[in-house]
Amino acid sequence: MYDITDYHEATSLAEVFKLAAADPKARIVAGGTDTLVKSWAEVPAFTGIALIGITRIPELQGIVCQEDGTLIIGALNTFVTIEHDPLIQKYTPLLSQAVSLVGGPQTRHMGTIGGNICNAGPAADSAPALFTYNTTCEIQGPDGVKNVPIADFYRGPGQTILKPGEVLTRFKIKAGDYQDFHGHYTKFARRNALDIANLSCAALVKVQGEQIRDLRLCFGAAGPTPLRMPVAESYAKGKPLTDATLAQIGQLCLQDTHDITDWRDTKAFRDHLVTVLPGRDITAALRGA
Amino acid sequence: MAQKHIIGQAESRWDAIAKVKGQANYTGDFPIKNLLHGKILHATIAHGYVTSYDISEAEKVPGVLKILLPEDLPQIKYSTAGHPWNLEPKKRDIEDRTMLTRHVRVYGDDIGAVIAKTPLAAKQALSKIKVTYDTYPVYLTPKQAMALDAKRIHEERDNVIASTAVGFGDVNQGLDEADFVLHRQLHTPVQLHAHLENQVATAFQSEDQRYTCISSTQIPHICRRIVAQANGLPWSLVRVKKPFIGGGFGNKQDVTIEPLAVAMSKAMGGKPVQINLTREESLAYTRTRHAIDYDVKLGVKKDGTITALDMQVLSNQGGYASHGHAIGGKGGTFINALYKMNSLNYGAKTVYTNIATAGAMRGYGMPQVIFALECVIDDAADKIGMDPIEFRLKNHQPDGFYNELSHTKQQDFRIGDCLKQGPEAFKWQAKVQQAKAFNQLQGPTRRGVGIAAFSFGTATYPFGLETSGARLILLPDGSFKLMVGATEIGQGADTALSQMAADTLGVPFESIIRDAITDTDTDPFDTGAYASRQTYIAGYAIRDAAEKMRKMIIQRAAATFDIRGEFMDIVDGNIVSVSDGDLITTVKDMAQASYFDWQTAKTMVAESSVNIHNNSYASGCTLAEVEVDLQTGKIKLLSLMNVHDSGKIINPLLAAGQVEGGMAMSAGYGLNEGLVYDELGRPMNNNLLDYKLPTTMDLPDLDEIFVETKDPLGPYGNKALGENPTCSPAPAIRNAVKNAVGVGIDTIPLTPESVYDALQAAKAPKGVS
Repeated sequence: MYDITDYHEATSLAEVFKLAAADPKARIVAGGTDTLVKSWAEVPAFTGIALIGITRIPELQGIVCQEDGTLIIGALNTFVTIEHDPLIQKYTPLLSQAVSLVGGPQTRHMGTIGGNICNAGPAADSAPALFTYNTTCEIQGPDGVKNVPIADFYRGPGQTILKPGEVLTRFKIKAGDYQDFHGHYTKFARRNALDIANLSCAALVKVQGEQIRDLRLCFGAAGPTPLRMPVAESYAKGKPLTDATLAQIGQLCLQDTHDITDWRDTKAFRDHLVTVLPGRDITAALRGA
Repeated sequence: MAQKHIIGQAESRWDAIAKVKGQANYTGDFPIKNLLHGKILHATIAHGYVTSYDISEAEKVPGVLKILLPEDLPQIKYSTAGHPWNLEPKKRDIEDRTMLTRHVRVYGDDIGAVIAKTPLAAKQALSKIKVTYDTYPVYLTPKQAMALDAKRIHEERDNVIASTAVGFGDVNQGLDEADFVLHRQLHTPVQLHAHLENQVATAFQSEDQRYTCISSTQIPHICRRIVAQANGLPWSLVRVKKPFIGGGFGNKQDVTIEPLAVAMSKAMGGKPVQINLTREESLAYTRTRHAIDYDVKLGVKKDGTITALDMQVLSNQGGYASHGHAIGGKGGTFINALYKMNSLNYGAKTVYTNIATAGAMRGYGMPQVIFALECVIDDAADKIGMDPIEFRLKNHQPDGFYNELSHTKQQDFRIGDCLKQGPEAFKWQAKVQQAKAFNQLQGPTRRGVGIAAFSFGTATYPFGLETSGARLILLPDGSFKLMVGATEIGQGADTALSQMAADTLGVPFESIIRDAITDTDTDPFDTGAYASRQTYIAGYAIRDAAEKMRKMIIQRAAATFDIRGEFMDIVDGNIVSVSDGDLITTVKDMAQASYFDWQTAKTMVAESSVNIHNNSYASGCTLAEVEVDLQTGKIKLLSLMNVHDSGKIINPLLAAGQVEGGMAMSAGYGLNEGLVYDELGRPMNNNLLDYKLPTTMDLPDLDEIFVETKDPLGPYGNKALGENPTCSPAPAIRNAVKNAVGVGIDTIPLTPESVYDALQAAKAPKGVS
């Protein structure tokens, strides 16, 4: 019952650009864990359209660490691949932990990290980790290559800066953005699996003794896009690692979150969780440090 | 004589291999030539009237063959409830619906239908039908629908469709005499069945010009009657076939889509039409568990005597009567079955509203009643400072209690054993100590333990008709075809029933051949899978048929070998001498002779039909251990154990599966589930992402023990088990949370936000005292 009019399998980026130029309404599909679900649910831009399959394009695969320590993650890596990849586990374990919590095993085997970001859901599990690592998104299109900080990639819920025909090809994380950091991610959901976060929080922290040298926090589902917490992050720098500091970090996050009330939870409860999760994440991140 | 011992063995389900190999055909799996697809046009308001339809654009969609509006179909009012037909018109279910309606009573009401060559064409046509409505006020709760100025949801009757009271003694006097009176308001949510296989039905005119409906139904024989009634056909013009089913939990004890499937086929000149509901339709627009509100007063003396229980019940029926007051009104009997008290008043109203129609769901009202009862019982124990298990041991009804409210003697009623053996197996005392030690650490979480007990009837007597039939055919090689009207819906009924037949006949389990399909044309009458009735009621029918068959086989052997019948027995397929066990002949040889002996050939068929006028009350309890996060309100279920007094366990493997499934269902009920509506009556979470069924990651290892006895009445010493496991986990969890944090929360589900709010409201949360 999918209202899909055609399917094209692209084997190179050049072919994607050509197919997209010929049919600007066509949508790119990778794992299909969002695209096909939306098509089934008759989301307007996902019905009566052709699909361009990209899963076999070599340029979008692989996870490598360059000589300068930059970690390159191909957009087509599935959550399962990322979770278990030795480079990811060694350098960016927060990302490994975060993607291990996506949906269920089927979704993690099919869904890709590129798709997770392009779907631009505010609660995407891979996003807060990528935000805290200051990840750069590489975009390729008919006009060439662009590199964009992940925070600038989003325009709103379900909306990115991608133009028709453009493809998110890989993620880049610089050595300075992961070295000496410790991370932890909390997915606050009603279930321990097969769920989407009511609120999520990733913390990446660097300490010197009992002092916070650097802190990066990103919330999912606390606004229209994943959100970094500049006020709390700048407050934390140089502060002693105490319960009072953690509590204050939580309070300051409320200055950057935009919780709402819906049938799932009230704003008051979400705001309360916003004050609780960062401290818990920082404590958990440093438990193994 | 060596006993056969097939009853009580963990025989493998006869259909296991077919299911693993993908050979089991479910309704949607049958290849049918030129199959057409029907889809329902659902109302997008919750209360009102359709003033006009514009189908002009929808008709243009390629592949669309017919669009049906209410006036295109019979306007015969019928009830969808899967109860046996009642010869007394006054006792019948309320007949308050037509297949399609302009009068919208629930969001998603069936206001039209499309028949097309493909499901996609049908779906596209639905989106192009323009509907204009007059809208009426929307009533989401019984209180709103009972307001003086509330509009009638069905013109012909009041929104309060029934109001009853049962009890004994003087409740006011009892409350006066109490040392303490607990007054509580408790609320249960709209729970969904969420069976794996959605509702699906295929209807076509067969060669004999009658209508066949292949359907995923729990009640094929009742389904035939309701399909015929709704379509104005003689009952015999409808044939229902039930193949393998992916669960029902009571939702398929309502005949929801089958009448329309047949009407669609009729509209298409008898061509085959299939209605295959989507998950979203099945969750929002079929049946639900009644949300029920309780206003409870319990009087208790310091010594633990319960002086009075006054329970006022408001049951949210939704837009159509379905099973109606049979569920909301149930409760008094089973409270009386469970606890001694000086007086009881159980008053219940069932009220139409504009949320989804509530119907049968596993437990049939008991999970709600037991939640309310066991919260208040537990709080009463706290109030007088008595241990919650001791309080229940003091007050439970004894074995042999005569229940005046149901005129039933509760023989072999073992709640006392459950309340003693359960805590021991659960290591209750050790867990209490562990929780104390844990809570003294003053971390962000607290631990606690809780208990809840229940009673449960087996089948529906004395309230409902209980009939069943069975047929055994001896096949030429000595195996037997077992034909029953009782319905396998995934629970393993066919396997348990086959064990019964084998046990009574004296043949191996493998000698019994069941059928994947129940067919109303050929299978004996049985009312179907509900009320935890089949192993009990169909059990009698199978025992009767098997005893008759056994007698016929022995008679043939007696005639053949000139040995008196009483000197022979059938053991493991052999006919042996009772006195020394020597082999006389085999069932196989007798079977061969019955088909092919030149002189005496006469095939053997044994039929039975029973009408059962007794009920064996079952009981049990749940023990739960939880950890509550004080900062987030999140509850972690650490351990959960069910204890069941269900008589003889026919198949321990299947029984464990039933119990664990029911525990998961009730844990979800207590912690996370509930269909949510906006103020316009629109369902918000009718999908499996937003409707929070528990996953295996949300449950601990589930434990169960059986206080196994032999029920004196049950055909094989057995009594109800299918629904029982869903009765007590939710209140046990609630009581464990109370034990952990010192706050008793009277509304389920206990979501993180509701727990956090309750903790905030109670301000200073305490640990286990």
